[in-house]
Amino acid sequence: MPSLRDLRRRIKGVQNMRKITKAMELVAAARMRRAQERVLAARPYSDEIASIMTELMRRSPQYEHPFLKVSDVQKRLIILVTADRGLAGALNSNNTRLALSDAAKTSIPVSYVTIGRRGRDVLRRLHRDLIADQSMLGERPTMGDVLPAARVAMEQFERGEVQQIDIVYARFISVGRQQTVLQRVIPVVPPEDAKAVSADFEYEPDPKDVLDALLPRYVEAQVYRAVLENAASEQAARMIAMRNASDNASEFIEDLTLTANKVRQASITTELMEIVSGAAALEG
Amino acid sequence: MAKLQVELVTPEGRVFSEEADFVLAPGVEGDLGVLPQHIALLTPLRTGVVTIRNDDAEHVLAVSGGFLEVLPDKVTILADAAERAEDIDEARAEEARKRAQELLAQNVDSEEAVMALERATLRLQVAEIRRRRHGHSPPPQ
Repeated sequence: MPSLRDLRRRIKGVQNMRKITKAMELVAAARMRRAQERVLAARPYSDEIASIMTELMRRSPQYEHPFLKVSDVQKRLIILVTADRGLAGALNSNNTRLALSDAAKTSIPVSYVTIGRRGRDVLRRLHRDLIADQSMLGERPTMGDVLPAARVAMEQFERGEVQQIDIVYARFISVGRQQTVLQRVIPVVPPEDAKAVSADFEYEPDPKDVLDALLPRYVEAQVYRAVLENAASEQAARMIAMRNASDNASEFIEDLTLTANKVRQASITTELMEIVSGAAALEG
Repeated sequence: MAKLQVELVTPEGRVFSEEADFVLAPGVEGDLGVLPQHIALLTPLRTGVVTIRNDDAEHVLAVSGGFLEVLPDKVTILADAAERAEDIDEARAEEARKRAQELLAQNVDSEEAVMALERATLRLQVAEIRRRRHGHSPPPQ
């Protein structure tokens, strides 16, 4: 049986751990709320741009912007979005695993662009073809922070290096649920749920030019939205992970306290027995 | 008279959402003035000044790039970035302009510096317009 002193020391240790996980839980909860607000704030823009695009593509179906052209895939690119920090449950490994397993499905070579340190580190360790990385965006990523990664990906496509671009991130469904998804970025698939604009538009200069200006922005908005969603998912996952850790610590402390009390009682009983038997021996 | 519902959204959020009588926006083909019952129109925007008028109130915003979507009763501006005149910190904009100019003096073909200069100049311009409209009183703290 461990000594009482060891047990007390371990209880102290676990209590300290619980303080940290508890604090991390609270911080993650506060950050998650803010991250959720940012996801909501970005929604009007991406909805609007999607509905304009759907309308434009309906209007000029004969025009084939390179981003719309579906061709034989010789090589593909995956944008992998992860968090910069760990301790967020299975979030980062889920994202990375989905990207790698999707890449392994076919023999088509894949290159990667990463947003977030965790994914970058894994891909680097596995010696994957990592062409660009945009990490340490901080807590409040702006569109400008995300642009370089999106631009690199689009450039690869425009130069004909790759024929397909997907993005992997964790979609924020609810606090308790985040879903890792792989989404097509290019060739652009018009969103089906976008509301149609019911007006005959005049285009200045003409539909083709508007579409040319619109498509890169649509792609950027998609990447930005993925980053925001992933940030909200990260905080939610961390909050849950830290809550579980705190709960486990509490349970552990209870167990240890029980054992410590038993040990204490046992030693008191032994001491009493010794005193009693000593006295009995003296009486003789 | 019928009003226009004006929405100005950027990827970071909604910047402006109010009714108005008139919108002036910098389209790629030239500045566009929009009144209610305008024909439906879609055009990319240049970096420039957007002016929104409602009765006697006037809002001036700095907008960099994006799109203008006009419907008879609604104007939506999808901007890459937008700032209300009253949110612009003139001292900072001036500083940013100087920095960009210095950069350009050293390194002629930096696209980023050109854009930074454009943005800073625009901000100062918008702040200037606002000052002229509101007299020379300092902005409320």
